[in-house]
Amino acid sequence: MSAKAPKKIVATTSLAGCFGCHMSLLDIDERILDLIELVEFNKSPFDDIKTFTKECDIGLIEGGCCNDENVHVLTEFRKRCKVLVAVGECALMGGLPALRNVLPLKECLEEAYLNGPTVADGNPDKIIPHDPDLPKILNRVYPCHEVVKIDYFLPGCPPSADLIWDALVALVTGQELDPSYRSFKFD
Amino acid sequence: MTRKIVIDPVTRVEGHGRVTIHLDDAGNVAQSRLHIVEFRGFERFVQGRPYWEAPVLVQRLCGICPVSHHLAGAKAMDVVVGAGTGAGLTPTAEKIRRLMHYGQIFQSHSLHFFHLASPDLLFGYDADPATRNVIGVALANRELATQAVLMRKYGQEVIAATAGKKIHGTGAIPGGVNKSLTVEERDRLLKGDGGPLSADQMVAWSQGALAFFKDYYKKHKAFIDGFSKFPSNHLCLVRQDGALDLYHGVLRAVDAEGRRILDDVDGQDYLRHFREEVKSWSYMKFPYLKRLGPEQGWYRVGPLARLNVVDFIPTPLAQKEFEAFKAATGGKPNDMCMHTHWARLIEVLHAAEKMRELLQDPDVLGGDLVVHGKRQPEGVGIIEAPRGTLFHHYAVGDDDLIKMANLIVSTTNNNEPMNRAVRCVATTYMAGQKEITEPMMNAVEVAIRAYDPCLSCATHAYGQMPLEITLVDATGAVVARRRKN
Ligand code: SF4
Repeated sequence: MSAKAPKKIVATTSLAGCFGCHMSLLDIDERILDLIELVEFNKSPFDDIKTFTKECDIGLIEGGCCNDENVHVLTEFRKRCKVLVAVGECALMGGLPALRNVLPLKECLEEAYLNGPTVADGNPDKIIPHDPDLPKILNRVYPCHEVVKIDYFLPGCPPSADLIWDALVALVTGQELDPSYRSFKFD
Repeated sequence: MTRKIVIDPVTRVEGHGRVTIHLDDAGNVAQSRLHIVEFRGFERFVQGRPYWEAPVLVQRLCGICPVSHHLAGAKAMDVVVGAGTGAGLTPTAEKIRRLMHYGQIFQSHSLHFFHLASPDLLFGYDADPATRNVIGVALANRELATQAVLMRKYGQEVIAATAGKKIHGTGAIPGGVNKSLTVEERDRLLKGDGGPLSADQMVAWSQGALAFFKDYYKKHKAFIDGFSKFPSNHLCLVRQDGALDLYHGVLRAVDAEGRRILDDVDGQDYLRHFREEVKSWSYMKFPYLKRLGPEQGWYRVGPLARLNVVDFIPTPLAQKEFEAFKAATGGKPNDMCMHTHWARLIEVLHAAEKMRELLQDPDVLGGDLVVHGKRQPEGVGIIEAPRGTLFHHYAVGDDDLIKMANLIVSTTNNNEPMNRAVRCVATTYMAGQKEITEPMMNAVEVAIRAYDPCLSCATHAYGQMPLEITLVDATGAVVARRRKN
């Protein structure tokens, strides 16, 4: 790339994910030092930018939506990013957290706060967390594409570092991505 | 006018945590809370899954320390398949798991120190937020950044060689492991394949990281000693002889004076000693020692707690550092929050020594991988995760399906201490102040960050946290809002 070409701007977020997809991005290892030559990070847990400060070229989303806060963040990403990429099983299909989709939410909460063997005396006041400072939990976990339009999907739990790298380079340089079978076969 | 300060560490970015501080009319801290704002429901939805899935399912709680959940789940299921605890496995299985775990400790601690904490140290916690991040570190000190990346990479390579994959591997199975190392894998990790990634180099770089911290400490002693310091109990697993052992042992806790308050308890008995309190304003529960109750029985876990509880470290270089660490407080438990970084780096060195030792042990090449015995209805798996003691407890039906799951994750064990830390810093830096400045807000972050809260297990706050301050009047109406970008 010529030194003058403006860097593409990338934003990332973790919704109802486990941060494994962000960790897999870090697993590009030494290429991180190349990456920061290639792109500029905007809103991302990788840096110090908490709210969008400019329009972004690429948004990477980890995790699906399990509460109203996730929906809010995802919608904001859609508005501020030209291209939105769902990264990993959770963003694509809800992932492991979506195992709760076949269960009433009430049962999940009761198990954690009322029935658990270490919950003191079965929680005599029957407190289940609820507070204006806690987001509302959704009835089920929604994959990202059910909430906003998603442009690209990277499969894997997490997608391999090589796949994330190849996809990013392809998006930044405008090349078509031709992933090898190995790079997206997992487990 | 009541002022409510909202420090939103993760909701807008990582999605999972938030701090609120209420100042009364006089500007005193009326209330401070760290809210964990995400709920997943693992305890319920793993019910009905076959028991052997637990080690691979439950690690999806956290992609930052998946190996800890993988191994705690596997340890609980060892008991269920009748392989017993700890020494019940074959030497190869136990050592492969240990290697995986020390690889995890090494990468996770390196990640925390270099990527998360070092920006505060390199640039100062009150520096311009625009440079105070890991990319700033890479631009300012490429050598340090490269070393950080390679240390993390080495830990991840060890995990990949033992678990099959860097993140969410499948190496540990109930009763053992599904692979050991080939001679080539062992040699590559031990000698580094001609590159810098050798066991010796990791030991040397760990010593370098410790030297970096100690040098910083010398120059900023007052800050490191005084910041967010408060007494607490401390809990961790120890080996029977009192040695630091991050993979297996008995549960021990000491009070602020160093007196034993939980004396080498078998983990299978944890239910007799631990309880959790539920509060309406956080999805994270508040664990405590049952005998002492919630007010007195809360405790710290993690690197600082571990070095406060154990008698010695069973590797020579880390033991020397441990002696200096203990001498700093005259042998008493250390309650200085920022000394957690010091303790963490001593553990990095210990992990590097342990990995080297295990890689030189021919057992890691062995072929005897799994044992089974008499099937049991229940099992508890406890491990020292990077961030502290982690409990997994499962009951399994005759149909081999999980009937009950109870998880107390490391960060949950630190729930009360993190709340205290917030209060401590808010009182010191914000009380009575007319204007709340960015460095004051970052001070709260620095205190929370010392616990390396895996707020993803409950959820992880990675990098700098977003802060939003909202001033509300007594009716709750917003009168002013300020956001730190
Ligand atoms: S896809 Fe896998 S690695 Fe990524 S957030 Fe979900 S559970 Fe974690």
